[in-house]
Amino acid sequence: MTSEGVAYERRGAARVIAPVRPRKLAKVPFVELAEDRLQGVVSSGSDVSRVYVSSITAREHGLSCNTNNNRPCGGLSGAYPCNHLRALVEAAVAQYGIDRVARYLRVEPPEEETEIWSVLHPVAAPGRTPEVFSSFLRHLGYLELPPSTDPLPELQWFPAAGVVR
Amino acid sequence: MLADALRARPPGLDEAFALVDGLDDALVHGLARLDDDRAAALDALVGAFSATPLADRVTEAIGKIISGTVTDEHLAVLAGCRLALLGAAHDALLTDLDAALTRTREPHPAAPAPAGGAAGSMASAGGGQLSAGSRSWLRELAIAGWRGVDHELAAGGSPAVQALLGEPSRRRLAVLLDGFAAELRAAAPVATLPRVPVRRWADLWSRALILAQAGRPAEPGSPVDGRPAGSGTLVDGRLLILGADLHEHPTVFRCQVHGLLETAGGVRLVRTSVAAAKVDTISGAAAWRMLSAFPILLAGLAEHRCLEVARMTLTAGGDLIWDETRASAGEPADPFVSARVLLAGAVATSTAPLDRHPSVIAEPVLLEGYTATAEAFDLGGGTVAVETDRLPAAGPLTPELVAGSTACIGLLRFDGGRWAVQPIAVRSTVRKKAVTAHTGDWALGPTDAKAAKTEAVAGTAVDVLRERAGRLLRK
Repeated sequence: MTSEGVAYERRGAARVIAPVRPRKLAKVPFVELAEDRLQGVVSSGSDVSRVYVSSITAREHGLSCNTNNNRPCGGLSGAYPCNHLRALVEAAVAQYGIDRVARYLRVEPPEEETEIWSVLHPVAAPGRTPEVFSSFLRHLGYLELPPSTDPLPELQWFPAAGVVR
Repeated sequence: MLADALRARPPGLDEAFALVDGLDDALVHGLARLDDDRAAALDALVGAFSATPLADRVTEAIGKIISGTVTDEHLAVLAGCRLALLGAAHDALLTDLDAALTRTREPHPAAPAPAGGAAGSMASAGGGQLSAGSRSWLRELAIAGWRGVDHELAAGGSPAVQALLGEPSRRRLAVLLDGFAAELRAAAPVATLPRVPVRRWADLWSRALILAQAGRPAEPGSPVDGRPAGSGTLVDGRLLILGADLHEHPTVFRCQVHGLLETAGGVRLVRTSVAAAKVDTISGAAAWRMLSAFPILLAGLAEHRCLEVARMTLTAGGDLIWDETRASAGEPADPFVSARVLLAGAVATSTAPLDRHPSVIAEPVLLEGYTATAEAFDLGGGTVAVETDRLPAAGPLTPELVAGSTACIGLLRFDGGRWAVQPIAVRSTVRKKAVTAHTGDWALGPTDAKAAKTEAVAGTAVDVLRERAGRLLRK
C-alpha cells in the first residue's frame, strides 16, 4: 500500500478509518462497535418518545433488545432476532461496511456476501440497556458542545473525508 | 525556482527523520518489549542530543526506558526529543520554501518570562487531574505498543476524553485524543492489522503527550475572564479569503480559512478557524450545517466576499481568532485576484515553537502556467504531486477539475518525504467551458444539484439527531 512510492508507514496523514458511509438515521439513530458488542438504538415504529436498545455480543452473538425503560422487546424470542436487531445490523453494515462489522463480531462471511445473519449463530443474552443508552446520550452530547475558534493545529493530521469513490 | 526548492532537501533532514523513525519503530511493539535493534535506535537519540540542553535528561530517560522503567517523565522526554527533531525539520523545510517563494516571515516572538500574575492565563484549575488521566492512557499505549492495542486498551482513553470535553479550555487535547482513540478503536486488535501507520500514530501520541503536560498556557481562543487568552494583538482590517481547508474526524468538523489580512500596517498571511463537534454519521457537505453559528464567515466563503474585521484577536502564530460579533460582510472579492495581487508581498508568521512539525506546514501558493494531471502538476523544471486525499466531499473540487486546471490556489504540504500541493481552488476547463471551484463554495449548501440532493438526505441526519437529543437528553 504505497502512494507513488511513499510508504504508508511514514505518512503523517495516512488514512486509518474508511469514511463512514452516509445512511438514513430516522430508523436507527445510533450504532456502535463498543464494549465487545454491536449495539445501538432503534426508533420505535409506533411511539416517537420510545426507542429500543438492541445489541449483539461479539463471539457468542448473544441477542438482546429492550425499550429505553428496560422492558423486553416483544418481537425477540430467544435466538430469533426481532426487526429492531435486523435494522441495527443493516445500519451497522451500511455505516461501517461488512468487513469491519464481521471482524468485530469475529465471523468470516464468504466473499461477496452482503448479509451477515447467515454466519451468525445467535443465542439469547441479557441486555445492558442502561450502558448502551448512556452511550447514546453521550453520542448526542457532542451535538450540544459549543463550537470552537481555537486554531487546533493537530487537525492538520485529519483532512476532511473525500468522496467515497 | 519553486520546482527546484520542492525537489531539494535541506541538509540533515534525512538524518533527523531517521532518528524519528527509530523512536517511532520502538512504539510499534511497545517500550516493554524493546529488542536490541529498537533499543539501539533509541540509544541513537542520546548521541544526537548530547550537545544540546536536553542532553542529561535524554540520557537518563532513554537509559531508564531501555532498562524497563517507563514513567510519565521519561515519556515526556521522549516526546520532547521527537518534537525537537521534527521542529528543526519544519524550520529547515520552511526556510527553503520561503526563499523560493521570496516570502517574508516574521520570527515568533520570544515567550514572556513567567510572571506571578501569569497563572490566570494557564489552563484552569482541575486541569492537572484531567491531564493525568490522559497521560496515564498514553503511557499504557507506549508500554503495550501499537501491536498490543486491543479493544479494551483502545477504549481506555474514553473517560479522559469525556472529562476533557467538559472543559472548554482543554478542547485542543480533547479533539486530538478523541480522533486518535477513534482510530485505535477502528483498528483494534492492531495485532492482526496488515500495516500500522507508524509515523502517524507516533505523531498523534507525542503531540497529545506534550499537550497533556501540566502548566501549558491556555489556547488563544479559550476565554479567560471573558477575554481571549494568550498574547494576541487586536487588529482592524479587511480579510481577503484565499480559500478553505476542511478537517474532520468522527467527532469534529473544522473549516480553516487561509486569507490575506489588509491592515493599515500592510498585508499579512493569516488563518482563521471554526470547528464544531459532530458525530460520525454527520459527514460530507451536511457537516457545514454544524457551523451555522458562523453565518458571516460562511457567507464570505460561499459568496466570495471579503470580510471586514474590527478589533479581532490575531495570535503571534498568525491565527485570527474568529469572532462573528467583530466581523461584517464586505465587497465581492475573487480569491484568484487577491492571490495574484497581494500574496507575493504578504508577510507570513511563524508557528509557535511547540507546534512546529513538517505536517503543520500548509503554505498558500498561487500556481499558474503548469501542465496538470489528476496526480501531479508539471511546473516546468519539475513536478509537484497533488494531494488527492485532501479533496473533501464537502466541497466541489474533484480530481477531474484538478486534472483540467490551468490555475490553482493550493497549500504546499510536506508529508511522507516529499512536497505536495493540496488544491483549495482551481480554474479549469470542462467541455471547453471555463469553471472555477473553491473548497468553501458549499459553505451555505451545495451549489451542484446532485450534491444538493445528497446533502438534503444526509442533512436530515442532523435534524433527526437533534430531535432525538432534544427528546431524550433533557429528561
